[in-house]
Amino acid sequence: MKDNQGPLWEIFLQKKAGQPYVHCGSLHAYDKEMAIQNARDLYTRRQEATAIWAVPANAIVASSPEDIGPFFEPANDKVYRHPTFYQIPDAIGPM
Amino acid sequence: MTKQEALFNYTLRLADTNLILGQRLSEWTGVGPFLEEDLALTNIALDIIGTATALYEYAAKIEGKGRTADDLAYLRTDREFYNPKLVEQPNGDYAKTIVRQVIMDSFDFYFYTALTKSKDETLAGIAQKAIKETTYHLRHTSSWIERFGDGTEESHQRAQNAINELWQFTGELFEVDEADTLFVKEGIAVDVTAFKATWEKHINDIITKSTLTVPQNVFMQTGSRKGIHTEYLAYILLEMQALPRMYPGAKW
Repeated sequence: MKDNQGPLWEIFLQKKAGQPYVHCGSLHAYDKEMAIQNARDLYTRRQEATAIWAVPANAIVASSPEDIGPFFEPANDKVYRHPTFYQIPDAIGPM
Repeated sequence: MTKQEALFNYTLRLADTNLILGQRLSEWTGVGPFLEEDLALTNIALDIIGTATALYEYAAKIEGKGRTADDLAYLRTDREFYNPKLVEQPNGDYAKTIVRQVIMDSFDFYFYTALTKSKDETLAGIAQKAIKETTYHLRHTSSWIERFGDGTEESHQRAQNAINELWQFTGELFEVDEADTLFVKEGIAVDVTAFKATWEKHINDIITKSTLTVPQNVFMQTGSRKGIHTEYLAYILLEMQALPRMYPGAKW
């Protein structure tokens, strides 16, 4: 079948105001308005969100799997970067 | 006709309109133009069938003769359905489905907005839920008709053909009978004549913005209020009612 479903968009949902937008999946749409509408219909049927971001998939810059070693492994032995030496007051909530 | 019977008829007609439209839309389930739109239209169908369910339950309660919502939906013949003929028209191509839907969505937008102010609390409650859904449906279908009208030569022509074919069914949406007039005076029913001009302007704007044209001086179909329909309704009922009629009281 000829693929005429429009470009791919990545969808991010925010559950409540103030919370981060979390990636939930992707979809096809011809334009911005349709991307938002399709996201609403595909990903928010069970009250998953109160706000949506739709981003053209080709606008996302990604690291590649080969980068895992040089990018991320040097952090393995640098335990002092974790703020585990502080007591976080309960009132602060999740950091 | 008693007031109770008239309110039953009024509610039943609204229920029939939603059920037949929802049934028609659900025919697209699984065969939509692409996955995302398939789901979008199925969502719309579900919303509309949900409204129908609430209305049938209320109609059954008004009637008070022990008939259930299911009895009303599944055990009446085509001559006992009072939906406007527009909603029973076949889906055709996607342009026709969208044109039919944008006409109903824009009508429902004004209708259910007004019905939220009904002095009948149940109807007002049903309308409050329906209006949020309808507002979204209208946004979705309006953007589609714009894409068709302003898209390719073929999509434009298909959308225009659908408008030309379906416009004759818009007159029924604004028909008013004695019971309606009485209920409007009592603040129960919606005065459709009050928003007819606003609706006409709105649908005209949508269609014109899509570079399409509203046909002028069209002969308007009538008869659905007497249970007279186009040939298509009986086939919808045949399919929709087959199971409850073959296996009365079936549960699963």
